[in-house]
Amino acid sequence: MISLFDFLALSGALFAISVAGIFLNRKNVILLLMCIELMLLAVNFNFIAFSHYLNDLAGQVFVFFILTVAAAEAAIGLAIVVVVFRNRQSINVEELDTMKG
Amino acid sequence: MVQQVIFIVLAAVLIGAALGVITSRNPVYSALYLVLAFITSSGLWLLLEAEFLGIVLVLVYVGAVMVLFLFVVMMLDINTATMRQGFARYAPVGVLVALIMAAEIGYVMWSKNLGVTFGTVQAHGADYSNTRELGNIIYTNYAYPFELAAVILLVGIVAAIALTMRRRPGTRHQDPAKQVQVSAKRNRIRIVKMPSEKRAGGQS
Repeated sequence: MISLFDFLALSGALFAISVAGIFLNRKNVILLLMCIELMLLAVNFNFIAFSHYLNDLAGQVFVFFILTVAAAEAAIGLAIVVVVFRNRQSINVEELDTMKG
Repeated sequence: MVQQVIFIVLAAVLIGAALGVITSRNPVYSALYLVLAFITSSGLWLLLEAEFLGIVLVLVYVGAVMVLFLFVVMMLDINTATMRQGFARYAPVGVLVALIMAAEIGYVMWSKNLGVTFGTVQAHGADYSNTRELGNIIYTNYAYPFELAAVILLVGIVAAIALTMRRRPGTRHQDPAKQVQVSAKRNRIRIVKMPSEKRAGGQS
């Protein structure tokens, strides 16, 4: 029998890996977006595991909404990346310093 | 027992794919590893009896979002060599932060009693439909958030199109409003009245 802890440990490992990915690929905006998608996947894992072990479907409804928001976020984020590349010919995060951030 | 073997295999593939996403040299490979991660986790969700979401994950994420990622990665001419500068320099910090975060998550999971009974879930019968149950509560209790989600998707469509659409000066494009206003007699042909002439050499 697979316990809830197995799924929580898997999702925690996934989240930690994606946090490491944000540090490793800090120059490439597209890879940063991919790491955020991976984080959302880890969070969805938690929701579905608790939904299964508590026998409550509300968690799956929340995963449904998270998937919706994540799809919209990916579409808008990639559109912004395309516009930035068109204007600056680069998506290097360190060169995007117009706003003195 | 079979479920445990499936879980271990899928979890190992998922962790390997996640590591592949963050360490690949080529962003295209990263995107493909992310596809593998999504498909594997869809299998794990099926193991958790979330059939509808497992299928939606493959349809929406692999079918739409990851194809969008691949389009953008291949469309933009990214210099991957300069993108990976500092990879080795930031690697220790990244690994350290990841270990700290994993330790925190593990501490929360194992030190506190989560109030959940473990291992006592009985599987649903073959006539149980996850999709029907989910639909029953989405369209009743969660009808309003469901419509808000639809509005969010609409905003996403409009924002993505408005951001990326551009009119370049050199290109030719149609203006349908002008096209339907064209009248053949008024501005397409010009009828010139002129007297008929006789050929100089007489009849031919």
